[in-house]
Amino acid sequence: MVKKTVATKPKETKEQLLKLYSEMLLIRRFEEKSGQLYGMGLIGGFCHLYIGQEAVVVGLEAIAEEGDKRITAYRDHGHMLACGMDPNGVMAELTGRAGGFSKGKGGSMHMFSKEKNFFGGHGIVGAQVPLGAGIAFADQYQGNHNVTFTYFGDGAANQGQIYETFNMASLWKLPVVFVIENNQYAMGTSIKRGSSTPDLYTRGIAFGIRGEIVDGMDVLAVSKAGKKAADICRKGNGPYILEMKTYRYRGHSMSDPAKYRTREEVQQVRKQQDPIDSLRDRLLNWKIASDEEFKEIDRSVKKKVNEASEFSQKSPEPDDAELYTDVYL
Amino acid sequence: MGTKILLPALSPTMEVGKIAKWFVKEGDTVESGDILAEIETDKAVMEFEAISEGVVEKLLVTANSEPIAVNSPIAIISGEDDQTANTDPPTDQDEVAATVQEETASVRVPPQVPKEKLSEEIALENVSFKSQTFREALRDAMAEEMERDELVFLMGEEVAEYEGAYKVSQGLLEQFGSKRVIDTPITEHGFTGLGVGAGFAGLKPIVEFMTFNFAMQAIDHIINSAGKTLYMSGGQMNCPIVFRGPNGAAARVAAQHSQDYAAWYSHIPGLKVVQPFSAADAKGLLKSAIRDPNPVVFLENEILYNRSFDVPELDDYTVPLGKAKIWQEGTDVTLVSFGIGMSHTLEAAQELEGLGISAEVIDLRSLRPLDKETVVESVKKTNRCVTIEEGFPVCSIGNHLSYLLMQEAFDWLDAPVTCCTGKDVPMPYAANLEKLALVSVPEIIEAAKAVSYWEK
Ligand SMILES: Cc1ncc(C[n+]2csc(CCOP(=O)(O)OP(=O)(O)O)c2C)c(N)n1
Ligand SMILES: [Mg+2]
Repeated sequence: MVKKTVATKPKETKEQLLKLYSEMLLIRRFEEKSGQLYGMGLIGGFCHLYIGQEAVVVGLEAIAEEGDKRITAYRDHGHMLACGMDPNGVMAELTGRAGGFSKGKGGSMHMFSKEKNFFGGHGIVGAQVPLGAGIAFADQYQGNHNVTFTYFGDGAANQGQIYETFNMASLWKLPVVFVIENNQYAMGTSIKRGSSTPDLYTRGIAFGIRGEIVDGMDVLAVSKAGKKAADICRKGNGPYILEMKTYRYRGHSMSDPAKYRTREEVQQVRKQQDPIDSLRDRLLNWKIASDEEFKEIDRSVKKKVNEASEFSQKSPEPDDAELYTDVYL
Repeated sequence: MGTKILLPALSPTMEVGKIAKWFVKEGDTVESGDILAEIETDKAVMEFEAISEGVVEKLLVTANSEPIAVNSPIAIISGEDDQTANTDPPTDQDEVAATVQEETASVRVPPQVPKEKLSEEIALENVSFKSQTFREALRDAMAEEMERDELVFLMGEEVAEYEGAYKVSQGLLEQFGSKRVIDTPITEHGFTGLGVGAGFAGLKPIVEFMTFNFAMQAIDHIINSAGKTLYMSGGQMNCPIVFRGPNGAAARVAAQHSQDYAAWYSHIPGLKVVQPFSAADAKGLLKSAIRDPNPVVFLENEILYNRSFDVPELDDYTVPLGKAKIWQEGTDVTLVSFGIGMSHTLEAAQELEGLGISAEVIDLRSLRPLDKETVVESVKKTNRCVTIEEGFPVCSIGNHLSYLLMQEAFDWLDAPVTCCTGKDVPMPYAANLEKLALVSVPEIIEAAKAVSYWEK
């Protein structure tokens, strides 16, 4: 695990810093609530929680510009909240209701928002990566100065289509930031057992793609690295790889007994590297924000999540006629 | 005031659970992340954590007592009143939870099935049976064949240390070691090709797909490399490989994780395709598939994994590929299905009996080669046929059966063959839509009534 926490006072404003905090907390509380609703049978199927990894997506969204795009896999709730999708609509999709982002047809793994340039929400491990490059291709083609953040996991990094994509992305200098969310496990397979070499950011070298490793538990480090990578891509010198070292606290999905790692391992990361606690501690130390301000944020986040939960249960199931809509335009 | 902690659903198919062990006692203070209990689900034993702090006021269920329904209260924990514990929701929400549970549960209740008949080859008198789940039967089949033949090995994602994402390979790593039970990276196209190559070179691989949805990443090797090489090599190079894993819909896993590939693979000359329904057939057919010198696509079903059937206790129980099984004899209509479709079909047959319609129920078991004779003979007797499957309607197995019956039993048919299938849409996530998308018992009954020109 890299330990490169930003220790000096950052250049972000107080407002920006508290926004990072509250967005991470929103994801945390939202995911805890999702877990509960799953337990109550209100959410079904697969449900992959993002708890522990909040700094990655919040740090990158903080430096994203208008018109930038994002695409990820099935562990996607955090990405949607961070790019500004309404928590009510996300939660209602989780419960399979008409008020959800996909009218209840997609569920936890498959949500999209054209308005927020969120391209999903994909269930097949690795498949989102060439799609992300294609979205970047469209930006390049149309002369937009935007980048596409293409997220994938450490396990996904072993899929062949990723290397086919690396080759094309480098050949055509596509404006894509490949974000490897290395939470160190692919289901029950630790990175040691699945990858011939541990440093995933070096996997672009053969294709001439630069990359770096980032402390994905430190939202400020994530933002800094993200800004640099996105700038390189915007100038036409992409793609770029960011390997985010991070950690998921919960099981792979709701039905994972997680016997492949010890409780101590999980608790240690929680205690020592939690992205939310560590940002709060630093902001308190630097006397940027007070306890009272954090309490206020906690309250407003809780309120938002409770509203989303209520909305997701009140929203009706989709109309039966929806079964046959949206198959074709 | 304390908040009730409810028994959580911890898997997409869990309906009841058992507290295996409490990690807290009354009066204990718990913090977020502390384990409250170990809960036994349909698949595994899972730890259940507190998600905020509080004091355990009361444990409402004792450890290791009878299984209880999901959402039953198991403990009371007191804490800050605005805490986000796994709390009892207000009553109106409670009702929502209850109805959703009931609806999904009603889809999954297995029907009473008639006594299963075994392969004709077996003299029934001397056979004893044990009740086994479909999952255990598959495991035993692999273990027996690995015991019998050194060349057989298993590989796939999470098959070894995790013992299978759906716990099918339980104990195999321990029994056979890591040379023969191999965890692969998530790289289907790669390990499938590697498996096929090993098959060309004389090994007998069993390649597990976590689900067949992911075999789409590897389908080129299944079809182009495994399916065609014997022919392309003029008969020199065969590939004795089994591709196996769950196929079709589970529960609420949406469009990319719910597809039925039975018709897809059945299209391909050079592949054999099997989809068992009962545990006994799963065992006997998997053993035959492993011994077969050809590539066999062996389609399982997640919802069936936990279902128990009587399995014969024989040292070497095999079921031949390419033979259908008549589950129930009847005179008025032939119902033909396979895999999970059989579950709905047997239930429908029972209800039809109540209406005075005597259904003959055929389980195809093998889709390629297909036991045409058994189906044709039956239809010559009943003069009517309804096919049942979970897959999409266009170019379905039922479509192919309809064609065969037109060719071979046209003069015996008193009504057009009717195909009951999944609906012609990607699988929706929403509970109500998913239910509509799947083939259902009432649809089978309606179809059987229609081909029988049944009137009250
Ligand atoms: C092609 C394919 N193979 C297998 C799966 C089953 N599966 C879902 S998630 C997963 C693990 C992925 O791990 P990683 O890429 O590290 O992402 P993480 O879950 O850690 O976010 C697997 C094997 C799948 N969805 N798609
Ligand atoms: Mg991972």
